[in-house]
Amino acid sequence: MGAPVAKGQPLIALRDVRKCYNIGQPNEAEVLHGLSLQVDSGEFVALIGPSGSGKSTLLNIVGLLERMTSGGYTIQGEEVQALDDTALTLRRRSTLGFVFQFHHLLPAFTALENVTMPFLIRAGHVTGKDNEHARGLLDAVGLSKAMDKRPFELSGGMQQRVAIARALVLDPPLVLADEPTGNLDTASSDEVFVLLRRMHAERGTSFVVVTHDPRLAARCDRVVELVDGLIARDEPVAPPAAEISHPRTGSSPAP
Amino acid sequence: MGYWLGFEVRVAVRFLREGRLQTVLIMVGVAAGVAVIAYISALVTGLQENTFNKTLGGQPHVVLRPLDDVVVAAGAAEPGAQRLTDTQPRAQRLRSVGNWQSVLPLLERMPEVAAVSPMVGGGGLALRGEATQSIALAGVDLDRYDRVVRLREKVVAGVASLAPGEAIIGTELASDLGVRPGDRMTLLTGTVSETVRVTALVDLGVRELNRRTVIVPLRLAQSLFSLPGGVTNIDMTMVDVWGAKQFATQLRAQYPYQVESWQETNAQLVSALNAQSVSTGLIRAIVLVVVVLGIASVLVVSVVQKRREIGILRAMGATRGQMVRVFLVQGGIVGAVGSLIGLVLALLMIWLFTMFVRGSDGAPLFRIVLPLALAVQTALVATVCGVLAAIAPARRAASMDPAQAIRI
Repeated sequence: MGAPVAKGQPLIALRDVRKCYNIGQPNEAEVLHGLSLQVDSGEFVALIGPSGSGKSTLLNIVGLLERMTSGGYTIQGEEVQALDDTALTLRRRSTLGFVFQFHHLLPAFTALENVTMPFLIRAGHVTGKDNEHARGLLDAVGLSKAMDKRPFELSGGMQQRVAIARALVLDPPLVLADEPTGNLDTASSDEVFVLLRRMHAERGTSFVVVTHDPRLAARCDRVVELVDGLIARDEPVAPPAAEISHPRTGSSPAP
Repeated sequence: MGYWLGFEVRVAVRFLREGRLQTVLIMVGVAAGVAVIAYISALVTGLQENTFNKTLGGQPHVVLRPLDDVVVAAGAAEPGAQRLTDTQPRAQRLRSVGNWQSVLPLLERMPEVAAVSPMVGGGGLALRGEATQSIALAGVDLDRYDRVVRLREKVVAGVASLAPGEAIIGTELASDLGVRPGDRMTLLTGTVSETVRVTALVDLGVRELNRRTVIVPLRLAQSLFSLPGGVTNIDMTMVDVWGAKQFATQLRAQYPYQVESWQETNAQLVSALNAQSVSTGLIRAIVLVVVVLGIASVLVVSVVQKRREIGILRAMGATRGQMVRVFLVQGGIVGAVGSLIGLVLALLMIWLFTMFVRGSDGAPLFRIVLPLALAVQTALVATVCGVLAAIAPARRAASMDPAQAIRI
């Protein structure tokens, strides 16, 4: 298990990214003003900043959900700017997992079906092995009893854990989380964050987590702060915080 | 490719199940539309068949006759000379189809022709006691004639037989003359009179025909009309009824005879049938358009409602094409299931019609059935229309920006 990428290899690299909305219209607005960012495999990055600083836009660009206006973007060494929509989608399928703040699950499907959905999308069917794999993940996130429940039967924290299992099911090297604890109470929010750290430690998956919560940011390995569409701060978090966040694993703190 | 459309079908089915009320409503709409289309088609087909059999049942599809006698104008006029003529049309005497014995096998061998029957036809009188009726005499070979107009099916009394000295007559004529099968009557033409024994009464479906028709053996008619060895016309039925007109045109061009198809003799019937077909087609087209619009509007709403799900699926790696197909499959499923229900409804309506709409004699007015081919065709068209109706909503779904869809 775990992403087969060696630790410390550059995973994604953004160069001089600009993003304009409503180009050519009176309400044209540049949200990102030419920022560069590199995330290496095995990193656990917090992306913080005030509202309107461009965090979500940046995350969407990293997640290939939105195209940048200008700049360069390589994923595992491949330049993705020139790819067409289908190629981007396939790239997204193989490289990226998503955990969103709201509306994260498909209400028409059970928890297990939500987790196996990426298999269904990829192959048109779900094999017994796929189902086993998904059950294992749901087990790992502590939902062995809720597999056949529909999202509306689950609490917010449980839904978010299903979403985490789903983001990890195809073993992507990078998971992007947009305010994963944003609408949870403190206890559930803690639970979910600990789970993210555990998955990071156990599977070696890289995480980029957008958050408002300074407490959570302090428990990541690296903090990138966005202010007005530019990176204002990009620094590793002091080791003690990292140790608190995953005391059981004993993995080495981030550089 | 064993799992082709696996993702699309599963998600489409789940989406449809989730929006249960919408799905049920639109399927009922499709079912009603398909039921109307299938029922109207079956009804009109039955009606036309009925009209057709009633009017054409006693008629040949194509009739071949000798050319009319014409007065040939005198030699060509000198150039520059004016000529005043007044030509009196000639009285048409009864004439035989020239060379009919050699034409007959020729016609029989043509692939378009189902049956050929030579006939001697003309007017005369039927006498019995004090009663006199003017009649239309037809001298035929019974077996051949039966193949053209199915005479034996129309017998209502007696047994059809045309041995020398025997005759088959219409039912009205029989009651006018007080004749029953086995009785004798006298036939009279301009020159000759003969006594015949009536073997059977036939109902040709039209009162006027039943009042006039007397069918006798060919030879008897030949002698009655002083046409030894001749026939006045050759009747034909076609393999393809609607091909009669073209066949007649073709024969006219090839042979020096008058050839007339049933379409030319029954021009009004043809235009009535055509008008009926056109109206049916129009109704079907309009219903189909309504069905398509219904499916499309429900799917458009569904796309808007499912924006988040579409965004999530796209983020998980579903391509634009996959999302398009999810909605096309939904349209197809709605069309297919709706049309199946619609066909069942149509069968029910047809059953009700045959059960409760009856003629004065208590028998069903006419037979209507839903032909399998029509049912399959209607279902297929509805399904294809469902898919077509889904195109616009599906493209909308695919063009949705996943980032924006998720943010909402």
